[in-house]
Amino acid sequence: MPGFDTLALHAGAVPDPGTGARATPLHLSTSFVFENSEHAASLFNMERSGHVYSRLSNPTTAVFEERMAALEGGIGAIATASGQAALHLAVCTLMGAGGHVVASTALYGGSHNLLHYTLRRFGIATTFVDPRDLDAWRSAIQPETRLLFGESLGNPGLDVLDIPAVSALAHEAGLPLLVDATFTTPYLQRPAELGADLVYHSATKFLCGHGTVVGGVLVDAGSFDWDAAHAKSGRFETLCEPYDGFHGMVFSEESTVGAFLLRARREGLRDFGACMSPHTAWLMLQGLETLPLRMARHVANAQAVAEFLATQPLVDKVGYPGLPSHPDHALAQRLLPRGAGAVFSFDLNGSRDQGRAFIESLKLFSHLANVGDAKSLVIHPASTTHFRMDDAALRSAGIGPGTIRLSIGLEDPADLIDDLKRALKTAGKA
Amino acid sequence: MKLRVDGQEAYAYTGGKAFDATLPCVVFIHGALNDHSVWTLLARWCAHHGHGVLAVDLPGHGRSAGAPLRSIEALGQWLHRLLDAAGVGKAALVGHSMGSLIALEAAQRATALVMVGTAYPMKVSDALLATARERPDEAIQRVTAFSHSLASAKPGFPGPGAWLRGGSTALKRRIQARQPALNLFEHDFKLCDAYANAETAAGRVACPVSLILGAMDQMTSPKQTATLEAWLQPRVHRLPAGHEIMAEAPEAMLAALRQALG
Repeated sequence: MPGFDTLALHAGAVPDPGTGARATPLHLSTSFVFENSEHAASLFNMERSGHVYSRLSNPTTAVFEERMAALEGGIGAIATASGQAALHLAVCTLMGAGGHVVASTALYGGSHNLLHYTLRRFGIATTFVDPRDLDAWRSAIQPETRLLFGESLGNPGLDVLDIPAVSALAHEAGLPLLVDATFTTPYLQRPAELGADLVYHSATKFLCGHGTVVGGVLVDAGSFDWDAAHAKSGRFETLCEPYDGFHGMVFSEESTVGAFLLRARREGLRDFGACMSPHTAWLMLQGLETLPLRMARHVANAQAVAEFLATQPLVDKVGYPGLPSHPDHALAQRLLPRGAGAVFSFDLNGSRDQGRAFIESLKLFSHLANVGDAKSLVIHPASTTHFRMDDAALRSAGIGPGTIRLSIGLEDPADLIDDLKRALKTAGKA
Repeated sequence: MKLRVDGQEAYAYTGGKAFDATLPCVVFIHGALNDHSVWTLLARWCAHHGHGVLAVDLPGHGRSAGAPLRSIEALGQWLHRLLDAAGVGKAALVGHSMGSLIALEAAQRATALVMVGTAYPMKVSDALLATARERPDEAIQRVTAFSHSLASAKPGFPGPGAWLRGGSTALKRRIQARQPALNLFEHDFKLCDAYANAETAAGRVACPVSLILGAMDQMTSPKQTATLEAWLQPRVHRLPAGHEIMAEAPEAMLAALRQALG
């Protein structure tokens, strides 16, 4: 198999046979011409492979999907409108009303909202567990459970998910593990190689890498034996029993390893419709070409900045697993040997006002609500995303009044450190 | 569709339609450490174009029970008993790689013989056999690399967004994992390596024969078909693909199959 850097440039693509174009062409077409009526019928009936309508598949988007599957060590992927759409697609492909998810408490707020509030309204319940407590994962599993879910690096404390341990207990229970790998990207960690069965990303972040477009992608490792689990427990009827909504197809019979992706595309994309635009996919491909180079620089800069902050008197705590002070440092060294990501939080030893003063003094760091840009970003949760919470509620969410979240970009690290130095000085006087 | 052969349950995928033994039958036979799912597009096309389809899982592979059989010749005889169980007299036999040798062995009951990704002799190197025996997962990855010719092949199998090398690796791992008491990979490769009855089997063939070969095949090189061509006088299709022809060139493969089936 070609190496990671080669796959980042070539997987899923060949020079365009029609024009010779070396770069992947952008196919901005909603639909694709049938050769004749027989060809049309055979495409709709899955007798032939090809594109029909860009909500279901598109030649540009397919290159992005194949490349992500190759980079993650999977069998295929589905590009979605956002990371949230990818999570929704994964959950709703595996279960309907009455289904149950066991999820880590250390989740992105949007994922928590989807699971705790929105999907609950549609009859899908979630039990949240401390991601470090393996007994809690195990005891939360119910007969209705269809999925275990966590983030490779959790929010907000960058808890490192012990994927080998959590996937092992999931598999003992006949269940798959879904991992949100947004913060790590396949450059830092390939969750499928550690035991995860499904992986998704907010591709908006490091995969795109330039803060230009919103998208998501869901990858199937092809490792989970849905049939075996169904035979034992009756679970996964969406994949292992005939589906009236698509030719009475039994997806696990149709594709021994690709049943999940078949149903997700043939039902989920078709009916929920949260597909990725081909223009977005094209921009994602530009990002993927330099993913290995960018991620190496992101994590090197993040390590340097984290080490600097850890020496500052106005800084109480730096929550970066690349530092020995982080509770998951040893686990990070084992599971993330190339680096522990480039997003982390630290606590200013001060008030909300000092946090605000710090942010407003930064020149290079951009104050906004995103991560994973080539440019360094900063946000002060207590005065923005979590401003309605009092200090006690903030603490229970793992956020202090002086907590600052950084997303470290690709600038010269000395310039980033200078910017932080200046802002710390101003905050100290506030 | 489940059949009973030699007292064991045998599975055949029927292409998305109930099997009708009165229609001209096409039997698809997979290769080493594969199952019926390598044929699904072609099987669906045939089933919806006037054929009864049986894409079998060989004994001990995929959804078929029983122990794997010990020779290509035994698998040819098993295929005859499967046709009996399905109420089929003769059928077009379409086999890939190891499956192409099984189809040749069973060709007395063939209306057409289609050998896909084939060679004879189908020798496996001692080094690869040793790796398959000692480090099967490494051998699976090596064979997957040998079996695919390009960084990508369009329009994709079974559809867009599929990473063929990943799918091929995952399928082999799954088939291997379902036989925990046996190294099925080594077993299947040994069957290919040991098969020496092609000349006799070819002498029994009385139907039209087609070879569908991958021009970039590194597993069963298209240069290693001279003896088969001399014995069988086949129509030969050389497609722009490696060994996994059905996945890498599904459209060209369908066109060649349509010609082969007449």
